[in-house]
Amino acid sequence: MNSPEPLIFEISSPGHTAFSLPALDVPLAAPLPADMLRAELPLPEVTELDVVRHYTRLSQLNYSIDTQFYPLGSCTMKYNPKVNERAAAIEGLSQVHPLQPEDTIQGSLELMYALQEALKEISGFAGISLQPAAGAHGELSGVLIVRAYHHSRGDARRTRMLVPDSAHGTNPASCAMAGFSVVEIPSDRRGNVDLEALKRTCDETVAGLMLTNPNTLGLFEEHILEVCQAIHACGGLMYGDGANLNALLGVARPADLGIDVMHFNLHKTFSTPHGGGGPGSGPVGVTERLAPFLPGPIVAWQGERYRWTMPEQSIGRVKAFHGNYGMAVRAYTYIRMLGAPGLRAVAENAVLNANYLRVRVAPHFPSAVDRICMHEFVAHGDVPGTDVRALDVAKRLIDYGFHPPTNYFPLIVHDALMIEPTETESKRALDAFADALASIAREARTDAGLLHQAPHHTPVTRVDEVKAARNPVLCYKG
Amino acid sequence: MPYIPHTPADQQAMLEAIGVSAVADLFQDVPASHRFPELHLPPAASELEILDELYGLALKNSSTGCYATFLGAGAYNHFVPSVIPYLASRGEFVTAYTPYQPEVSQGTLQAIFEYQTMIAGLTGMDVVNASHYDGATAMAEAAIMAVNVARRQRTKILISPSVHPQYRQTLRTYLSAGQAAVAGDENLRSTLADLTGMLDGDAACLIVQNPNFFGELMDVAGLADAVHAAGALLVVVANPIISLGMLKPPGDYGADIVVAEGQPLGLGLNLGGPYLGVFAAREAYVRKMPGRLVGETTDTQGRRAFVLTLTPREQHIRREKATSNICTNQGLMALMAGMYLATMGRQGLRAVAGLCYHRAHYAAAEIDKLKGYRVVSRAPFFNEFAVQCPRPVADVNHALREKNIMGGYDLQADYPHATNQMLVCVTEMNPRAQIDRLVAGLASA
Repeated sequence: MNSPEPLIFEISSPGHTAFSLPALDVPLAAPLPADMLRAELPLPEVTELDVVRHYTRLSQLNYSIDTQFYPLGSCTMKYNPKVNERAAAIEGLSQVHPLQPEDTIQGSLELMYALQEALKEISGFAGISLQPAAGAHGELSGVLIVRAYHHSRGDARRTRMLVPDSAHGTNPASCAMAGFSVVEIPSDRRGNVDLEALKRTCDETVAGLMLTNPNTLGLFEEHILEVCQAIHACGGLMYGDGANLNALLGVARPADLGIDVMHFNLHKTFSTPHGGGGPGSGPVGVTERLAPFLPGPIVAWQGERYRWTMPEQSIGRVKAFHGNYGMAVRAYTYIRMLGAPGLRAVAENAVLNANYLRVRVAPHFPSAVDRICMHEFVAHGDVPGTDVRALDVAKRLIDYGFHPPTNYFPLIVHDALMIEPTETESKRALDAFADALASIAREARTDAGLLHQAPHHTPVTRVDEVKAARNPVLCYKG
Repeated sequence: MPYIPHTPADQQAMLEAIGVSAVADLFQDVPASHRFPELHLPPAASELEILDELYGLALKNSSTGCYATFLGAGAYNHFVPSVIPYLASRGEFVTAYTPYQPEVSQGTLQAIFEYQTMIAGLTGMDVVNASHYDGATAMAEAAIMAVNVARRQRTKILISPSVHPQYRQTLRTYLSAGQAAVAGDENLRSTLADLTGMLDGDAACLIVQNPNFFGELMDVAGLADAVHAAGALLVVVANPIISLGMLKPPGDYGADIVVAEGQPLGLGLNLGGPYLGVFAAREAYVRKMPGRLVGETTDTQGRRAFVLTLTPREQHIRREKATSNICTNQGLMALMAGMYLATMGRQGLRAVAGLCYHRAHYAAAEIDKLKGYRVVSRAPFFNEFAVQCPRPVADVNHALREKNIMGGYDLQADYPHATNQMLVCVTEMNPRAQIDRLVAGLASA
């Protein structure tokens, strides 16, 4: 199983084919001028069975939720229900062209409208756009909405966006793309935004604050109402990063807490699969006063039918066509399967699992902040008295059959191991993981080398990242 | 509850371990006034009930299975070989995360490395990233990259009006904070000569689409030289990407960045997403590129291995100084596009492109014979062409739908001077009999 798989180019053999197409049934057209045509077409030549074996073998080199516990903090690697995939593959829903007339896609529009409505109810927002294709895309949309709102009021002085030091890298990067300068706000000892530091920074140049709540330490912002109040008092807007919404389903609605604009991650909270890096889906939700600025088109119910509409002061299109619609079908299916009680149970059990694991892990790897956490927690991953670091622990977990937690993030915690079990893992799975960590902590003291060289049983061992970056080889050269 | 495994006994044992008496005790940090709101959502459905509901919604759609489709304009109805959905539905691909842990992600990493290599060959470029959200966002990021290559000393993006209208709209949204100004498409009839005439010391790049939105092949001779002489970059939108099975790759005529919509490569229509933003560039600019890159290296035992590389360009390292904010991309779509290119291969992609080309030309010739209809463009085209109709396109399309034909795109919506002009698209999915039905339908529309 662990043997390396050749590159598709290395199994290519002249004359082999894997395609099947109809014969040409029309007269040959005059050929294009020769200078418009290509000479070589450097693609592999393989058989259909080659393709099937190649990709099947490649798949076997991956860890995935379907094969392993994947406690990757901040990523919400919950079980991806298979009915979602079946739903998204329904031909009548999937084989539709994005430019078809509205009256030929009423079913799809109804579904998107119903998802917009459900997301509104879950979050408390007045308007939703399903257009953004991923979380960072939703962030960019959201901060452009903030900018457009201020500018619509003739207020161009608000050029600074506040971002806590615990934030994901996408937050400052999205701010920069939207033309804001980024001001970092420190965290206090309990892992909250430092309220006094925040208040000192608030003035008429502040466009808003980007807040992830629960934050990347897995902690609910204890001063959430005061934080929102401080930002609103200086004329700013509250941006909510919805990456950690899983902890809040049916527990609290971001808009009720004072958030003005937020993106959802359908690929985290609403169980659409991560696909080895995407596709995601990052709908953006806003309060009433920001609804005119949403990216469009969005779906409206008008005159007894569903229609595409462009909000009147829209920031515009953020992509071609209509968002990652296939992800919307999956998320809608998930929400309908769970209903309101099910969604609350998601949050409750996600938080229960995280706290149980936090308590089980703490004797060996203490939490960065000793508090009840929400859906995830951050532990120190080094082993005092040894030279074992978080990276070694993370890599050794692989040998025990677990995907490593997020490590060295958030940046404000040394040797961070960020652990998010999600609600779909059983107590048995959590116990096995905690037992593995306890065993690794023992190994750190008796055989640290075992950890430094981990993992041992994978298709490849630790890789030379410096070499990869110094002389980039980004394509097969034959 | 679906997907939640705990029994009450499990929950009790876990609460005891934590040292609280009830689950609600875990939420004391949430302001009491806003805690546990009642959500008004439809009651939970069982699996068979939700599928029934969705089948019902599907019946309210008209899918490509119900119509002969001649609609393109940026999304294309192509055949998806059976191996693609079969292999791409493997849980090891679908339910994996971004391959940040290379030891347990070699499958995804190698597949993306192969995708990068095949796209590089297809476009004639040196380096390819692991994807953007779609063609439009890839193009917007290319414009930002061009500004960064010029160290932000050039702040004008020149773009041809014959680039997809929604791509141009997306570009304007991305640049709405004023990083660069967009020019060139104010006049929707601007030609390539008009655009090269606008090149000056402030132009970061010129963006053209080839074949353009009207399906025409551009006369690109000397274009790159003119752009480079002005110190700017040439960005080519290579849509529809299937055309590269036949056409000279943009790298061969001097493109610096090539972007495209990868949807035709085995992804299906899906009402516009998830699609695939293809992004390729010259090696000299690799450190200014947005997006993830997979590189080859070795492991501690000297074996070939793949890893995400040149990450200091990216947001999780460089934060506000990153080349882009992109994180989650369209990884599974890139993997599927790689599968498609492997399956079609050297001969198959040429064959698909050939079917599109010859059938489109047959359709154009037949339509051009019809009274009241005229193929507008006299330039060479690949598989899309503009047709002058005797009546508004909406009316013609309405009549076609009565005959189970989905007509082409109404160009007048975006190009007011293109009165009653329809953009017709023909692919390998439209056999001669369908084309003949279209021609008959148009004759009587």
